[in-house]
Amino acid sequence: MYKTEILVVGGGPAGLAAALAAAEQGAEVTLADRNSDLGGQLVKQTHMFFGSKGQYASERGISIAKILKEKAAATGKIRILTGATVTGYYEDKKVTIEAGDKFFPVEPQRVIFATGAQENTLIFPGCDLPGIYGAGAVQTLMNLHGVKPGNRVAMVGAGNIGVIVSYQLLQAGVEVAAIIEAAPRIGGYYVHAAKVRRLGVPILTSHTVIKAHGNHCLEKITIAELDEKRQVMAGSERDLEVDVLCVSVGLSPLAELLFQAGCRMGYVPELGGFVPFRDDCLETSVAGIYVAGDAAGIGEASAAMVQGRIAGLAAAASLGYGKDTFLEKVTEAGRELTGLHGGPTGEKIRTGLAKLTLLAKEAV
Amino acid sequence: MLSKTGVPTREQVESVKPDRERLARGPVAVIECFQQIPCDPCYTACSRGAIQPFADINDLPRIDFGKCNGCGLCVAYCPGLAVFVVDETYSETEALVRIPWEFLNRPEAGQKAPGLNREGKEVALVTVKRVQPSPSKNGAYILWLAVPKELAFEVRSIPVK
Ligand SMILES: Cc1cc2nc3c(=O)[nH]c(=O)nc-3n(C[C@H](O)[C@H](O)[C@H](O)COP(=O)(O)OP(=O)(O)OC[C@H]3O[C@@H](n4cnc5c(N)ncnc54)[C@H](O)[C@@H]3O)c2cc1C
Ligand code: SF4
Ligand code: SF4
Repeated sequence: MYKTEILVVGGGPAGLAAALAAAEQGAEVTLADRNSDLGGQLVKQTHMFFGSKGQYASERGISIAKILKEKAAATGKIRILTGATVTGYYEDKKVTIEAGDKFFPVEPQRVIFATGAQENTLIFPGCDLPGIYGAGAVQTLMNLHGVKPGNRVAMVGAGNIGVIVSYQLLQAGVEVAAIIEAAPRIGGYYVHAAKVRRLGVPILTSHTVIKAHGNHCLEKITIAELDEKRQVMAGSERDLEVDVLCVSVGLSPLAELLFQAGCRMGYVPELGGFVPFRDDCLETSVAGIYVAGDAAGIGEASAAMVQGRIAGLAAAASLGYGKDTFLEKVTEAGRELTGLHGGPTGEKIRTGLAKLTLLAKEAV
Repeated sequence: MLSKTGVPTREQVESVKPDRERLARGPVAVIECFQQIPCDPCYTACSRGAIQPFADINDLPRIDFGKCNGCGLCVAYCPGLAVFVVDETYSETEALVRIPWEFLNRPEAGQKAPGLNREGKEVALVTVKRVQPSPSKNGAYILWLAVPKELAFEVRSIPVK
């Protein structure tokens, strides 16, 4: 039987940071990721990151992935399993992993779920035409595999992902016809919006896509303006000729394994969907199971890394590792997290966390 | 409006502009960052202490134009590509505007290009004076554009192609 002190599921920024923090405290860690390389979302993020020095601000996402991987390797205490999908969590507290042609159970003493999130889709007539992708999928195609998705793109969604992927499309030599956003305001950071705008990309707030047209693949879309009640304004319909439509309308936490493990969950739209109740150290309602990153609620890599660090420190401390430094380190991390979530752009997350706390109290 | 279109208002642009006197003394950073976001690398990049310490990481950057010498480090490290260096002393008729550039197709020094404003509209013909590898050594460049002096606070890009 494969035994490990701490199993970290998912090797994105949250999982890497969790594994690192736990290993640095002296714990023995296994880090499993279903992808062939660690880094999660970071491996396709070619833009410079926000945040502060402690979270590698100004570095490109791809460089942050590299730094974290090197640090993880340097500890000598983390067993890394790539191409390894965690498929289930069982009543006897065993976890199963599928890796290549192998399928085996693992007996961990603690588990940290850092499985990230999946993209939401949008349903409208013609939305199944080839040429319509999730924005994250287009980012993977371009930045990971070097494949140009098309020649002229429309982006649905002006959140950070929508504006950033639009910018990366421009970098790949693709024309961006417009960014279409149903809300009356841009959801992404305005500096990101400004940098695509000054390159001539129109950002159409209070607009939506109502139909996609094409015989075998996408040829054009119909867009329309929305009134204050988000109803289509009659006569505002117009066509845009595009061969790719990117949909960037939010992410949902990947929570299946948490459900399976019996963690008590709450539905909080501000955090992206179902997320587990947890304490300040990110331990869920099931003792010994922790959560971090987008799986705990959609946020940013900077916060995901801090959460990972907290969960890693706590899991290690619960096994007796690094007890003398735990309080100091976790307090510092807590302060960083409060800072990151502190400003106006963190309001949604703060509201979501407050709701979750309330739900958890009601559930007791 | 910035929140609707991605284009800052005239008032916002005016609010971050150095005064005439400072502009007459040479290159200076102009920080076009108008939203409180959790971000502070402009501050950590500046070795002259011109950008004030952030009490809260969500603060807007504040710059002491008197301490700024226009070195451009903050241009290289700002992940929002929101910092520019403007030098109105460049010549009688032209100002130099430094912009960050992250595209594979780079212009060459000496080349002319359309100058785009914050809406992406062509407002002038500018000359690329220098194509400087970014001091952040992350693959980016900084373009030094000679623009008509009256457009030093208008031109913010050139086209990608
Ligand atoms: C276009 C874009 C731009 C962004 N820009 C920024 C930015 O500028 N600054 C910022 O801070 N954040 C940014 N983010 C957000 C950031 O990328 C995410 O918040 C962050 O990656 C979340 O980290 P994570 O570790 O929780 O999840 P992920 O990075 O998604 O990693 C999860 C990992 O878990 C693995 N996994 C999932 N399920 C299993 C399983 N069952 N078994 C094994 N492995 C599994 C996945 O393969 C993946 O590697 C951006 C995101 C996108 C998409
Ligand atoms: S240009 Fe140089 S001196 Fe001026 S604020 Fe930026 S980093 Fe500081
Ligand atoms: S680094 Fe750029 S985006 Fe970040 S606070 Fe400074 S000016 Fe704004």
